[in-house]
Amino acid sequence: MKIAVILRLTPDLTEELELTEDGRDIDREWIGLVLNEFDDQALEQAVLLKEATGAEVTALAIDGEGVERMLRTALARGADAGRRIPADEAPASSRAAAPLYAAAVREIGSDLVLTGVLATDDFHGELAPYLAAELGWPQASAVSDLRIEEGRAIVRQEYSGGRAARLALPLPAVIGLQTASQPPRYVAGSRLRDLLKVEVPELSVEAAPAATGIEPATLALPDRGAGAEMIEGSGDEIAARLHAILAERGLA
Amino acid sequence: MRVLVHAEHEAGAVRDTAFELLAVARALGGEVEALAIGAEPQALAGQLGAADRVIAVADTVLEAYLPDAHGAALQAAIRARNPDLVLLSYGTAGLDIAPPAAHACGLPLICNAVELRLEDAALAVRSQIYGGKLDASARVPLPAIVMAMPGAARAEDGRADGTPSLESVTLPPSAAAGIRLVETLMPETGDVDLTQAERIVCVGRAIGGTDKLAPVEDLARLLDAEVAGSRPVVDAGWLPKARQVGKSGVTVKPRLYLMAGVSGAPEHLEGMSASELIIALNTDEHAPIFARAHYGAVCDMFDVLPKLAARLRDS
Repeated sequence: MKIAVILRLTPDLTEELELTEDGRDIDREWIGLVLNEFDDQALEQAVLLKEATGAEVTALAIDGEGVERMLRTALARGADAGRRIPADEAPASSRAAAPLYAAAVREIGSDLVLTGVLATDDFHGELAPYLAAELGWPQASAVSDLRIEEGRAIVRQEYSGGRAARLALPLPAVIGLQTASQPPRYVAGSRLRDLLKVEVPELSVEAAPAATGIEPATLALPDRGAGAEMIEGSGDEIAARLHAILAERGLA
Repeated sequence: MRVLVHAEHEAGAVRDTAFELLAVARALGGEVEALAIGAEPQALAGQLGAADRVIAVADTVLEAYLPDAHGAALQAAIRARNPDLVLLSYGTAGLDIAPPAAHACGLPLICNAVELRLEDAALAVRSQIYGGKLDASARVPLPAIVMAMPGAARAEDGRADGTPSLESVTLPPSAAAGIRLVETLMPETGDVDLTQAERIVCVGRAIGGTDKLAPVEDLARLLDAEVAGSRPVVDAGWLPKARQVGKSGVTVKPRLYLMAGVSGAPEHLEGMSASELIIALNTDEHAPIFARAHYGAVCDMFDVLPKLAARLRDS
Protein backbone atom coordinates (compact mmCIF):
# COMPACT_ATOMS: atom_id res chain seq x y z
CA MET A 1 0.00 0.00 0.00
CA LYS A 2 1.20 3.50 -0.80
CA ILE A 3 0.51 6.39 1.57
CA ALA A 4 1.11 10.05 0.78
CA VAL A 5 1.29 12.48 3.68
CA ILE A 6 1.01 16.19 2.91
CA LEU A 7 3.04 18.53 5.13
CA ARG A 8 2.77 22.31 5.41
CA LEU A 9 4.75 24.99 7.21
CA THR A 10 2.61 27.46 9.13
CA PRO A 11 3.50 30.53 11.21
CA ASP A 12 4.60 29.82 14.76
CA LEU A 13 1.68 31.17 16.78
CA THR A 14 3.71 31.39 19.97
CA GLU A 15 5.40 34.38 18.32
CA GLU A 16 3.86 37.80 17.84
CA LEU A 17 2.24 38.25 14.42
CA GLU A 18 2.91 41.57 12.70
CA LEU A 19 1.04 42.81 9.66
CA THR A 20 2.42 44.08 6.36
CA GLU A 21 1.78 47.74 5.59
CA ASP A 22 -1.19 47.04 3.33
CA GLY A 23 -2.68 44.67 5.92
CA ARG A 24 -3.08 41.89 3.34
CA ASP A 25 -0.68 39.46 5.00
CA ILE A 26 1.43 38.93 8.07
CA ASP A 27 5.01 40.14 7.89
CA ARG A 28 6.77 36.92 6.93
CA GLU A 29 10.31 38.26 7.07
CA TRP A 30 10.89 37.47 10.74
CA ILE A 31 8.14 35.06 11.60
CA GLY A 32 9.20 31.51 12.41
CA LEU A 33 7.61 28.71 10.43
CA VAL A 34 6.79 25.36 12.03
CA LEU A 35 5.30 22.13 10.75
CA ASN A 36 1.51 22.51 10.96
CA GLU A 37 0.69 20.67 14.19
CA PHE A 38 -2.08 18.58 12.58
CA ASP A 39 0.21 17.62 9.67
CA ASP A 40 2.64 16.48 12.37
CA GLN A 41 -0.11 14.17 13.65
CA ALA A 42 -0.79 12.98 10.07
CA LEU A 43 2.90 12.17 9.60
CA GLU A 44 2.93 10.16 12.83
CA GLN A 45 -0.18 8.25 11.79
CA ALA A 46 1.36 7.50 8.37
CA VAL A 47 4.51 6.09 10.03
CA LEU A 48 2.39 4.05 12.48
CA LEU A 49 0.51 2.56 9.49
CA LYS A 50 3.83 1.80 7.82
CA GLU A 51 4.97 -0.04 10.93
CA ALA A 52 1.68 -1.96 11.12
CA THR A 53 1.21 -2.85 7.46
CA GLY A 54 4.53 -2.35 5.66
CA ALA A 55 3.04 0.53 3.68
CA GLU A 56 5.35 2.87 1.79
CA VAL A 57 5.14 6.47 2.98
CA THR A 58 5.94 9.49 0.79
CA ALA A 59 5.92 12.97 2.34
CA LEU A 60 4.77 15.70 -0.05
CA ALA A 61 5.07 19.47 0.27
CA ILE A 62 4.78 22.47 -2.00
CA ASP A 63 8.29 23.85 -2.38
CA GLY A 64 9.36 26.94 -0.50
CA GLU A 65 11.67 28.20 2.19
CA GLY A 66 12.42 25.56 4.82
CA VAL A 67 10.54 22.84 2.96
CA GLU A 68 13.51 20.62 2.13
CA ARG A 69 14.55 20.63 5.78
CA MET A 70 10.99 19.77 6.85
CA LEU A 71 10.90 16.85 4.42
CA ARG A 72 14.26 15.59 5.74
CA THR A 73 12.73 15.62 9.21
CA ALA A 74 9.90 13.50 7.83
CA LEU A 75 12.51 11.01 6.54
CA ALA A 76 14.10 10.96 9.99
CA ARG A 77 10.69 10.26 11.47
CA GLY A 78 10.23 7.20 9.24
CA ALA A 79 8.90 8.35 5.86
CA ASP A 80 10.42 6.37 2.98
CA ALA A 81 10.66 9.28 0.58
CA GLY A 82 10.08 13.02 0.34
CA ARG A 83 9.02 14.93 -2.75
CA ARG A 84 8.83 18.68 -3.34
CA ILE A 85 5.99 20.00 -5.52
CA PRO A 86 7.15 22.91 -7.68
CA ALA A 87 5.09 26.11 -7.57
CA ASP A 88 5.86 29.50 -9.08
CA GLU A 89 4.14 31.17 -6.19
CA ALA A 90 2.84 29.74 -2.94
CA PRO A 91 -0.93 29.16 -3.38
CA ALA A 92 -2.91 31.48 -1.13
CA SER A 93 -5.24 28.85 0.29
CA SER A 94 -5.91 25.12 0.49
CA ARG A 95 -8.58 25.54 -2.15
CA ALA A 96 -6.07 27.16 -4.50
CA ALA A 97 -3.43 24.51 -3.68
CA ALA A 98 -5.64 21.42 -4.05
CA PRO A 99 -5.02 20.91 -7.83
CA LEU A 100 -1.23 20.96 -7.22
CA TYR A 101 -1.46 18.31 -4.51
CA ALA A 102 -3.87 16.27 -6.65
CA ALA A 103 -1.40 16.30 -9.56
CA ALA A 104 1.38 15.19 -7.19
CA VAL A 105 -0.74 12.38 -5.72
CA ARG A 106 -1.60 11.14 -9.22
CA GLU A 107 2.07 11.31 -10.20
CA ILE A 108 3.38 9.21 -7.28
CA GLY A 109 0.30 6.96 -7.06
CA SER A 110 -1.33 6.59 -3.63
CA ASP A 111 -3.97 4.46 -1.96
CA LEU A 112 -4.34 6.80 0.98
CA VAL A 113 -3.56 10.48 1.49
CA LEU A 114 -3.19 11.88 4.99
CA THR A 115 -2.93 15.51 5.97
CA GLY A 116 -3.82 17.69 8.95
CA VAL A 117 -7.49 18.45 9.56
CA LEU A 118 -6.79 22.17 9.38
CA ALA A 119 -4.17 24.87 9.07
CA THR A 120 -4.59 28.02 11.15
CA ASP A 121 -3.71 30.32 8.24
CA ASP A 122 -6.57 29.22 6.02
CA PHE A 123 -10.19 30.28 6.06
CA HIS A 124 -11.32 29.18 2.60
CA GLY A 125 -12.05 25.60 3.65
CA GLU A 126 -9.59 22.84 4.49
CA LEU A 127 -7.27 20.86 2.28
CA ALA A 128 -8.43 17.25 2.80
CA PRO A 129 -12.01 17.76 1.49
CA TYR A 130 -10.84 19.96 -1.43
CA LEU A 131 -8.18 17.44 -2.41
CA ALA A 132 -10.70 14.59 -2.19
CA ALA A 133 -13.09 16.59 -4.40
CA GLU A 134 -10.28 17.13 -6.95
CA LEU A 135 -9.45 13.41 -6.93
CA GLY A 136 -13.05 12.18 -6.72
CA TRP A 137 -12.19 10.13 -3.61
CA PRO A 138 -14.08 9.74 -0.29
CA GLN A 139 -12.84 11.84 2.61
CA ALA A 140 -13.24 12.16 6.37
CA SER A 141 -12.05 15.08 8.52
CA ALA A 142 -11.44 15.37 12.27
CA VAL A 143 -10.07 11.85 12.44
CA SER A 144 -8.27 10.42 15.44
CA ASP A 145 -7.05 6.85 15.03
CA LEU A 146 -6.84 5.12 11.69
CA ARG A 147 -6.23 1.53 10.70
CA ILE A 148 -6.47 -0.53 7.54
CA GLU A 149 -8.78 -3.55 7.53
CA GLU A 150 -9.72 -5.65 4.51
CA GLY A 151 -8.72 -2.92 2.10
CA ARG A 152 -10.71 -0.22 3.87
CA ALA A 153 -9.64 2.66 6.07
CA ILE A 154 -11.32 2.38 9.48
CA VAL A 155 -11.28 5.80 11.13
CA ARG A 156 -12.57 7.34 14.31
CA GLN A 157 -14.24 10.63 13.42
CA GLU A 158 -14.75 13.12 16.25
CA TYR A 159 -17.70 15.47 16.69
CA SER A 160 -18.48 18.29 19.10
CA GLY A 161 -18.94 17.42 22.74
CA GLY A 162 -16.74 14.32 22.78
CA ARG A 163 -19.01 12.24 20.52
CA ALA A 164 -17.39 10.08 17.87
CA ALA A 165 -18.13 7.40 15.30
CA ARG A 166 -16.12 4.70 13.60
CA LEU A 167 -16.43 4.93 9.82
CA ALA A 168 -15.18 2.63 7.06
CA LEU A 169 -13.91 4.34 3.90
CA PRO A 170 -13.19 2.48 0.68
CA LEU A 171 -9.70 3.14 -0.71
CA PRO A 172 -8.32 5.27 -2.21
CA ALA A 173 -9.34 7.95 0.28
CA VAL A 174 -8.20 11.23 1.81
CA ILE A 175 -8.11 11.69 5.59
CA GLY A 176 -7.95 15.00 7.50
CA LEU A 177 -6.19 13.94 10.67
CA GLN A 178 -6.71 15.61 14.01
CA THR A 179 -4.88 13.25 16.35
CA ALA A 180 -2.68 10.26 15.61
CA SER A 181 -3.18 7.02 17.57
CA GLN A 182 0.03 7.90 19.46
CA PRO A 183 1.72 11.24 20.16
CA PRO A 184 4.30 12.22 17.50
CA ARG A 185 7.72 10.68 18.21
CA TYR A 186 10.90 12.62 18.87
CA VAL A 187 13.77 12.45 16.44
CA ALA A 188 17.36 12.35 17.64
CA GLY A 189 19.50 15.25 16.43
CA SER A 190 22.11 12.77 15.21
CA ARG A 191 19.55 11.15 12.92
CA LEU A 192 18.74 14.57 11.46
CA ARG A 193 22.43 15.36 10.97
CA ASP A 194 22.84 12.07 9.05
CA LEU A 195 20.18 13.26 6.61
CA LEU A 196 21.56 16.79 6.22
CA LYS A 197 23.07 16.05 2.81
CA VAL A 198 20.16 14.01 1.48
CA GLU A 199 18.53 15.73 -1.43
CA VAL A 200 14.74 15.74 -1.59
CA PRO A 201 13.78 15.47 -5.26
CA GLU A 202 11.29 17.70 -7.00
CA LEU A 203 8.34 16.15 -8.81
CA SER A 204 7.71 17.20 -12.37
CA VAL A 205 4.04 18.05 -12.18
CA GLU A 206 2.20 21.01 -13.52
CA ALA A 207 -1.15 22.26 -12.33
CA ALA A 208 -2.71 25.68 -12.04
CA PRO A 209 -3.98 26.80 -8.63
CA ALA A 210 -7.79 26.87 -8.32
CA ALA A 211 -9.63 30.18 -8.13
CA THR A 212 -11.31 30.96 -4.81
CA GLY A 213 -13.66 33.63 -6.18
CA ILE A 214 -12.81 35.95 -3.29
CA GLU A 215 -10.38 38.86 -3.30
CA PRO A 216 -7.62 38.87 -0.66
CA ALA A 217 -8.81 39.69 2.85
CA THR A 218 -7.67 42.52 5.06
CA LEU A 219 -6.08 41.37 8.31
CA ALA A 220 -6.33 43.17 11.63
CA LEU A 221 -5.84 42.57 15.31
CA PRO A 222 -9.20 41.60 16.83
CA ASP A 223 -11.16 44.19 18.73
CA ARG A 224 -10.65 43.09 22.29
CA GLY A 225 -13.72 44.87 23.63
CA ALA A 226 -13.38 45.44 27.33
CA GLY A 227 -11.34 42.26 27.69
CA ALA A 228 -9.86 40.94 30.89
CA GLU A 229 -8.94 43.12 33.84
CA MET A 230 -5.17 42.69 33.71
CA ILE A 231 -3.26 42.10 36.90
CA GLU A 232 0.17 43.70 36.87
CA GLY A 233 3.15 43.24 39.13
CA SER A 234 5.66 40.66 40.31
CA GLY A 235 4.81 36.99 40.63
CA ASP A 236 4.14 37.56 44.33
CA GLU A 237 1.83 40.50 43.67
CA ILE A 238 -0.08 38.60 40.99
CA ALA A 239 -0.51 35.59 43.31
CA ALA A 240 -1.72 37.89 46.12
CA ARG A 241 -4.32 39.56 43.87
CA LEU A 242 -5.52 36.20 42.51
CA HIS A 243 -5.86 34.94 46.07
CA ALA A 244 -7.93 38.00 46.96
CA ILE A 245 -10.20 37.56 43.90
CA LEU A 246 -10.80 33.91 44.79
CA ALA A 247 -11.42 34.74 48.46
CA GLU A 248 -13.96 37.47 47.56
CA ARG A 249 -15.97 34.87 45.68
CA GLY A 250 -15.71 32.21 48.32
CA LEU A 251 -13.47 30.09 46.11
CA ALA A 252 -10.36 30.14 48.29
CA MET B 1 -32.00 37.22 -0.81
CA ARG B 2 -32.58 33.59 0.13
CA VAL B 3 -30.47 31.84 2.74
CA LEU B 4 -30.21 28.06 3.08
CA VAL B 5 -29.24 27.04 6.62
CA HIS B 6 -27.71 23.60 7.25
CA ALA B 7 -29.70 22.54 10.31
CA GLU B 8 -27.68 19.89 12.15
CA HIS B 9 -29.56 17.74 14.62
CA GLU B 10 -28.88 14.96 17.04
CA ALA B 11 -31.28 12.43 18.56
CA GLY B 12 -34.30 14.29 17.23
CA ALA B 13 -33.22 17.71 18.51
CA VAL B 14 -31.96 20.57 16.34
CA ARG B 15 -28.54 21.59 17.61
CA ASP B 16 -27.89 24.99 19.20
CA THR B 17 -25.38 25.80 16.45
CA ALA B 18 -28.20 25.45 13.89
CA PHE B 19 -30.37 27.91 15.85
CA GLU B 20 -27.39 30.29 15.86
CA LEU B 21 -27.24 30.05 12.06
CA LEU B 22 -30.98 30.68 11.80
CA ALA B 23 -30.44 33.82 13.90
CA VAL B 24 -27.62 34.93 11.57
CA ALA B 25 -29.84 34.30 8.52
CA ARG B 26 -32.81 36.16 10.04
CA ALA B 27 -30.60 39.16 10.84
CA LEU B 28 -29.48 39.34 7.19
CA GLY B 29 -33.12 39.63 6.10
CA GLY B 30 -34.88 37.90 3.23
CA GLU B 31 -36.15 34.35 3.02
CA VAL B 32 -34.74 31.65 5.26
CA GLU B 33 -34.79 27.97 4.38
CA ALA B 34 -33.67 25.31 6.85
CA LEU B 35 -32.01 22.27 5.31
CA ALA B 36 -32.80 19.14 7.31
CA ILE B 37 -30.93 15.99 6.25
CA GLY B 38 -31.75 12.61 7.77
CA ALA B 39 -33.87 9.47 7.66
CA GLU B 40 -37.02 11.35 8.70
CA PRO B 41 -36.02 15.03 8.78
CA GLN B 42 -39.61 16.26 8.30
CA ALA B 43 -40.11 15.54 12.00
CA LEU B 44 -37.77 18.46 12.82
CA ALA B 45 -39.99 21.07 11.14
CA GLY B 46 -41.77 21.89 14.40
CA GLN B 47 -38.46 23.10 15.89
CA LEU B 48 -37.54 25.20 12.87
CA GLY B 49 -40.14 27.96 13.20
CA ALA B 50 -37.55 30.65 12.49
CA ALA B 51 -37.36 29.39 8.91
CA ASP B 52 -39.90 30.23 6.19
CA ARG B 53 -39.45 26.81 4.66
CA VAL B 54 -37.89 23.47 5.60
CA ILE B 55 -36.03 21.67 2.83
CA ALA B 56 -36.00 17.99 3.71
CA VAL B 57 -33.59 15.49 2.18
CA ALA B 58 -34.91 12.18 3.46
CA ASP B 59 -33.25 8.81 2.90
CA THR B 60 -32.53 5.82 5.12
CA VAL B 61 -28.84 6.10 4.21
CA LEU B 62 -28.82 9.54 5.87
CA GLU B 63 -29.84 8.23 9.29
CA ALA B 64 -26.31 8.50 10.72
CA TYR B 65 -23.89 11.20 9.63
CA LEU B 66 -21.73 10.07 6.68
CA PRO B 67 -19.40 12.61 5.02
CA ASP B 68 -20.15 11.55 1.43
CA ALA B 69 -23.92 10.92 1.66
CA HIS B 70 -24.57 14.09 3.68
CA GLY B 71 -22.30 16.03 1.32
CA ALA B 72 -24.33 14.77 -1.64
CA ALA B 73 -27.54 15.81 0.15
CA LEU B 74 -26.20 19.34 0.65
CA GLN B 75 -25.19 19.59 -3.00
CA ALA B 76 -28.59 18.29 -4.17
CA ALA B 77 -30.32 20.93 -2.03
CA ILE B 78 -28.09 23.73 -3.34
CA ARG B 79 -28.80 22.69 -6.92
CA ALA B 80 -32.55 22.42 -6.29
CA ARG B 81 -32.94 25.69 -4.36
CA ASN B 82 -30.23 27.98 -5.84
CA PRO B 83 -29.84 29.97 -2.61
CA ASP B 84 -27.92 33.26 -2.50
CA LEU B 85 -26.15 32.12 0.64
CA VAL B 86 -25.56 28.75 2.28
CA LEU B 87 -24.74 28.78 6.00
CA LEU B 88 -23.03 25.93 7.85
CA SER B 89 -21.57 25.76 11.33
CA TYR B 90 -17.87 25.15 11.97
CA GLY B 91 -17.74 21.55 13.09
CA THR B 92 -16.86 18.17 11.67
CA ALA B 93 -19.78 18.06 9.21
CA GLY B 94 -19.04 21.58 8.00
CA LEU B 95 -15.35 20.74 7.54
CA ASP B 96 -16.31 17.63 5.54
CA ILE B 97 -19.12 18.84 3.31
CA ALA B 98 -18.69 22.60 2.69
CA PRO B 99 -15.52 22.44 0.52
CA PRO B 100 -16.80 19.72 -1.86
CA ALA B 101 -20.07 21.68 -2.25
CA ALA B 102 -18.10 24.85 -3.05
CA HIS B 103 -15.97 22.85 -5.49
CA ALA B 104 -18.88 21.07 -7.20
CA CYS B 105 -21.21 24.09 -7.39
CA GLY B 106 -18.45 26.60 -8.21
CA LEU B 107 -19.22 28.81 -5.21
CA PRO B 108 -16.85 30.86 -3.05
CA LEU B 109 -16.45 29.56 0.53
CA ILE B 110 -15.42 31.53 3.61
CA CYS B 111 -14.94 29.81 6.97
CA ASN B 112 -14.45 30.76 10.65
CA ALA B 113 -16.92 33.64 10.19
CA VAL B 114 -17.88 35.62 13.29
CA GLU B 115 -19.70 38.50 11.60
CA LEU B 116 -21.71 38.71 8.37
CA ARG B 117 -23.13 41.90 6.89
CA LEU B 118 -24.85 42.58 3.56
CA GLU B 119 -23.13 45.33 1.60
CA ASP B 120 -24.85 46.07 -1.71
CA ALA B 121 -25.00 42.72 -3.49
CA ALA B 122 -22.07 41.21 -1.60
CA LEU B 123 -21.42 39.89 1.87
CA ALA B 124 -18.85 41.49 4.16
CA VAL B 125 -17.47 38.68 6.33
CA ARG B 126 -15.14 38.89 9.29
CA SER B 127 -13.37 35.61 10.08
CA GLN B 128 -10.91 34.44 12.69
CA ILE B 129 -7.52 33.15 11.55
CA TYR B 130 -4.24 32.17 13.20
CA GLY B 131 -6.04 30.60 16.14
CA GLY B 132 -8.02 33.77 16.84
CA LYS B 133 -4.90 35.98 16.96
CA LEU B 134 -6.04 37.92 13.87
CA ASP B 135 -9.28 38.83 12.11
CA ALA B 136 -9.60 38.58 8.32
CA SER B 137 -12.21 40.75 6.59
CA ALA B 138 -13.27 39.88 3.07
CA ARG B 139 -15.95 40.87 0.60
CA VAL B 140 -17.64 37.77 -0.73
CA PRO B 141 -19.67 37.93 -3.95
CA LEU B 142 -23.02 36.10 -3.81
CA PRO B 143 -24.03 33.35 -4.22
CA ALA B 144 -21.60 31.91 -1.67
CA ILE B 145 -21.15 29.43 1.16
CA VAL B 146 -20.17 30.63 4.63
CA MET B 147 -19.15 28.48 7.60
CA ALA B 148 -19.76 30.39 10.83
CA MET B 149 -18.08 29.91 14.18
CA PRO B 150 -20.26 28.63 17.01
CA GLY B 151 -21.25 31.67 19.07
CA ALA B 152 -21.53 34.03 16.03
CA ALA B 153 -25.13 34.67 17.13
CA ARG B 154 -27.36 33.71 20.07
CA ALA B 155 -29.21 30.42 19.68
CA GLU B 156 -32.32 31.82 21.39
CA ASP B 157 -32.65 34.39 18.56
CA GLY B 158 -32.99 31.50 16.11
CA ARG B 159 -35.80 29.77 17.99
CA ALA B 160 -39.33 30.76 17.04
CA ASP B 161 -42.79 29.28 16.92
CA GLY B 162 -44.23 28.87 13.48
CA THR B 163 -45.09 26.32 10.87
CA PRO B 164 -42.70 26.55 7.97
CA SER B 165 -43.82 24.94 4.73
CA LEU B 166 -42.07 21.72 3.79
CA GLU B 167 -40.36 20.84 0.53
CA SER B 168 -38.51 17.67 -0.36
CA VAL B 169 -35.31 17.26 -2.30
CA THR B 170 -34.35 13.78 -3.49
CA LEU B 171 -30.93 12.32 -2.73
CA PRO B 172 -29.23 11.14 -5.94
CA PRO B 173 -28.98 7.31 -5.93
CA SER B 174 -25.18 7.29 -6.33
CA ALA B 175 -24.74 9.09 -3.00
CA ALA B 176 -24.83 5.93 -0.90
CA ALA B 177 -21.92 4.16 -2.56
CA GLY B 178 -18.95 4.69 -0.31
CA ILE B 179 -18.50 5.40 3.39
CA ARG B 180 -20.17 3.15 5.97
CA LEU B 181 -20.89 3.63 9.66
CA VAL B 182 -19.19 0.93 11.72
CA GLU B 183 -20.32 2.08 15.15
CA THR B 184 -21.28 5.15 17.14
CA LEU B 185 -18.92 5.82 20.05
CA MET B 186 -20.01 7.35 23.34
CA PRO B 187 -17.89 10.08 24.99
CA GLU B 188 -15.00 8.69 27.03
CA THR B 189 -15.82 9.55 30.61
CA GLY B 190 -12.90 7.93 32.40
CA ASP B 191 -12.59 8.74 36.11
CA VAL B 192 -13.91 12.28 35.90
CA ASP B 193 -16.92 14.19 34.59
CA LEU B 194 -15.68 17.74 33.99
CA THR B 195 -19.18 18.92 33.05
CA GLN B 196 -20.11 18.49 36.73
CA ALA B 197 -16.98 20.20 38.11
CA GLU B 198 -17.51 23.51 39.93
CA ARG B 199 -13.87 24.46 39.72
CA ILE B 200 -11.40 23.67 36.96
CA VAL B 201 -7.70 24.41 36.52
CA CYS B 202 -6.88 24.06 32.84
CA VAL B 203 -3.39 23.87 31.38
CA GLY B 204 -2.26 24.46 27.80
CA ARG B 205 0.60 23.39 25.62
CA ALA B 206 3.02 25.60 27.61
CA ILE B 207 2.91 23.07 30.46
CA GLY B 208 5.51 21.15 28.43
CA GLY B 209 5.09 17.62 29.84
CA THR B 210 3.59 15.40 32.54
CA ASP B 211 6.61 16.02 34.77
CA LYS B 212 5.55 19.70 34.95
CA LEU B 213 2.02 18.93 36.12
CA ALA B 214 2.84 18.63 39.84
CA PRO B 215 2.40 22.34 40.76
CA VAL B 216 -0.86 22.40 38.80
CA GLU B 217 -2.20 19.31 40.57
CA ASP B 218 -1.09 20.77 43.89
CA LEU B 219 -3.00 24.00 43.22
CA ALA B 220 -6.05 22.05 42.01
CA ARG B 221 -6.11 20.03 45.26
CA LEU B 222 -6.03 23.24 47.31
CA LEU B 223 -8.85 24.76 45.25
CA ASP B 224 -10.86 21.52 45.29
CA ALA B 225 -10.68 21.73 41.50
CA GLU B 226 -10.33 19.25 38.66
CA VAL B 227 -7.34 19.45 36.31
CA ALA B 228 -8.20 19.85 32.63
CA GLY B 229 -6.20 20.41 29.46
CA SER B 230 -6.54 21.95 26.02
CA ARG B 231 -6.38 19.72 22.95
CA PRO B 232 -2.57 19.85 22.43
CA VAL B 233 -2.06 18.68 26.03
CA VAL B 234 -4.30 15.65 25.50
CA ASP B 235 -2.90 14.95 22.00
CA ALA B 236 0.58 14.87 23.51
CA GLY B 237 -0.62 12.25 26.01
CA TRP B 238 0.00 14.46 29.06
CA LEU B 239 -3.64 14.21 30.25
CA PRO B 240 -6.38 11.67 29.43
CA LYS B 241 -9.07 12.47 26.86
CA ALA B 242 -11.78 12.73 29.53
CA ARG B 243 -9.98 15.85 30.80
CA GLN B 244 -10.05 17.70 27.46
CA VAL B 245 -12.09 20.90 27.28
CA GLY B 246 -13.10 22.39 23.93
CA LYS B 247 -14.60 21.51 20.59
CA SER B 248 -13.46 17.88 20.49
CA GLY B 249 -13.60 17.51 24.26
CA VAL B 250 -16.28 18.52 26.74
CA THR B 251 -18.16 21.78 27.24
CA VAL B 252 -17.95 23.05 30.81
CA LYS B 253 -19.55 25.84 32.82
CA PRO B 254 -17.84 25.87 36.22
CA ARG B 255 -17.87 28.64 38.85
CA LEU B 256 -14.09 28.95 38.42
CA TYR B 257 -12.04 28.30 35.28
CA LEU B 258 -8.40 29.07 35.99
CA MET B 259 -6.30 28.61 32.88
CA ALA B 260 -2.54 28.60 32.59
CA GLY B 261 -0.67 28.58 29.29
CA VAL B 262 -3.83 28.27 27.17
CA SER B 263 -3.79 30.75 24.27
CA GLY B 264 -7.57 30.66 23.81
CA ALA B 265 -8.03 29.32 20.28
CA PRO B 266 -11.69 29.50 19.13
CA GLU B 267 -11.99 25.71 19.48
CA HIS B 268 -11.11 25.97 23.18
CA LEU B 269 -13.35 28.99 23.86
CA GLU B 270 -16.30 27.02 22.48
CA GLY B 271 -15.95 24.63 25.41
CA MET B 272 -15.59 27.05 28.34
CA SER B 273 -16.66 30.62 27.54
CA ALA B 274 -19.82 30.29 29.67
CA SER B 275 -17.74 29.77 32.85
CA GLU B 276 -18.69 32.13 35.68
CA LEU B 277 -15.17 33.34 36.49
CA ILE B 278 -12.36 32.97 33.97
CA ILE B 279 -8.80 33.74 35.06
CA ALA B 280 -6.06 33.44 32.44
CA LEU B 281 -2.30 33.33 32.94
CA ASN B 282 -0.15 33.46 29.82
CA THR B 283 3.35 34.63 28.87
CA ASP B 284 2.02 36.06 25.58
CA GLU B 285 0.37 39.45 26.12
CA HIS B 286 -1.36 39.01 22.73
CA ALA B 287 -2.96 35.66 23.62
CA PRO B 288 -6.61 35.78 22.42
CA ILE B 289 -7.78 34.46 25.79
CA PHE B 290 -7.25 37.90 27.35
CA ALA B 291 -10.22 39.14 25.28
CA ARG B 292 -12.51 36.58 26.94
CA ALA B 293 -11.15 36.15 30.47
CA HIS B 294 -12.46 38.21 33.38
CA TYR B 295 -9.00 38.52 34.90
CA GLY B 296 -5.67 38.05 33.19
CA ALA B 297 -1.98 38.24 33.98
CA VAL B 298 1.04 38.12 31.71
CA CYS B 299 3.33 35.93 33.75
CA ASP B 300 5.18 32.65 34.07
CA MET B 301 2.73 30.07 35.42
CA PHE B 302 5.57 28.08 36.99
CA ASP B 303 6.32 31.15 39.10
CA VAL B 304 2.78 32.27 39.94
CA LEU B 305 0.93 28.96 40.45
CA PRO B 306 3.16 27.74 43.34
CA LYS B 307 2.96 31.19 44.93
CA LEU B 308 -0.83 31.12 44.73
CA ALA B 309 -0.79 27.58 46.16
CA ALA B 310 1.35 28.76 49.08
CA ARG B 311 -1.14 31.53 49.86
CA LEU B 312 -4.07 29.10 49.70
CA ARG B 313 -2.23 26.72 52.01
CA ASP B 314 -1.58 29.50 54.53
CA SER B 315 -5.13 30.86 54.56
